[in-house]
Amino acid sequence: MTPHEKKGATQYTPYHPRWYRTRVSTYWWLWKWYYLKFVLRELSSIFVAYFVVITLLQVHSLSRGSETYARFEERMRNPLTIALNAISFFFVLFHAITWFNLAPRAIVARLGGKRVPDILIAGSNYVAWLAISATVAWFILR
Amino acid sequence: MAETIQLEVTRYSPEHDAAPTFQRFEVPYRKDWVVLDALNYIKDKLDGSLSYRWSCRMGICGSCGMMVNGQPKLTCATFLSHYAPGAVRVEPLRYFPVVRDLVIEMTDFMVKLQKVKPWIIRKAEKSLADGEYPQTPQQLDAYKQFSMCINCMLCYAACPVYGLDPLFAGPAAIALAQRYNLDSRDQGAKERMDILSQHEGIWGCTFVGECTEACPKNVDPAGAIQQYKLTAAKEWLKSLLMPWGAK
Repeated sequence: MTPHEKKGATQYTPYHPRWYRTRVSTYWWLWKWYYLKFVLRELSSIFVAYFVVITLLQVHSLSRGSETYARFEERMRNPLTIALNAISFFFVLFHAITWFNLAPRAIVARLGGKRVPDILIAGSNYVAWLAISATVAWFILR
Repeated sequence: MAETIQLEVTRYSPEHDAAPTFQRFEVPYRKDWVVLDALNYIKDKLDGSLSYRWSCRMGICGSCGMMVNGQPKLTCATFLSHYAPGAVRVEPLRYFPVVRDLVIEMTDFMVKLQKVKPWIIRKAEKSLADGEYPQTPQQLDAYKQFSMCINCMLCYAACPVYGLDPLFAGPAAIALAQRYNLDSRDQGAKERMDILSQHEGIWGCTFVGECTEACPKNVDPAGAIQQYKLTAAKEWLKSLLMPWGAK
């Protein structure tokens, strides 16, 4: 029994007992830039989660008073943390941009019987992103 | 001397070989020849035992899909000039079991296709006297793109999810299910949803997107699957908020 048959895939007729099935290489994602981009996009979710944890820690230390927050800031100044944050920021950007660009494929909106152009669907995501970022920046920098 | 081009073709004889090998052929190079023409030349002039599928040679029947230099292609629509002067490697469609040479076993696809009920389902058929089911151009436009699928299976050969999880329904089957879901004459969306909202259905897809790149008919199966995911999520939310509305 082949691994595929063990997993419950369609059983083939017994008349050709010697089909050849190629094994999928562990490195299939290196075959094409398209595959690699997909794997990087999936990987980026780890960095998105990392930023969520960092933000929660930041809020937590802020709620514990100025001394705790100063310690948090001190940890954030560590060159290793800065490097990790820089890499994470790159992946978060990659995550956001690739998902925004894919949004029109999933969302089919119709206005007056016509399909809303892709650029408007992706564009609205970017506009929302900019607006939220500007609001956050205003709160931090004012 | 006439120009020639090298073709590396997969050979596999289940009676004699433990694994496929490559055989190199030298065929005339003509600008108006597609890969299928070169295969036909080999079959006619060099080695009559070469096995492969083809029929219409005009991108309609979907029989001649093969891997050409690692990419899933309809060999009737892939010109040698695109690869010349380099060698062209022709292999059977990836992820399918190989029966012989370039011939793959497609039962898995046929079973999956049937499972998603790709036909118009009516709760009650109108009588002939009641006339036809009219459709506006907008209603036709809603599903037309997905109806262009020719079942060539190039999207399966492009999909690493199908390669890694043979239970996955796959791009073409889901796109065709969506084609009927979006058809204003159809009333079978609920039946298909029960089949496709399983893990092996739409949720198996991780949106690699390569199926759409490979599709020779611009069907966009990846888009169909994501749209279906959105519909399934909305239905799930609806059943959660309004359990009395469920069947």
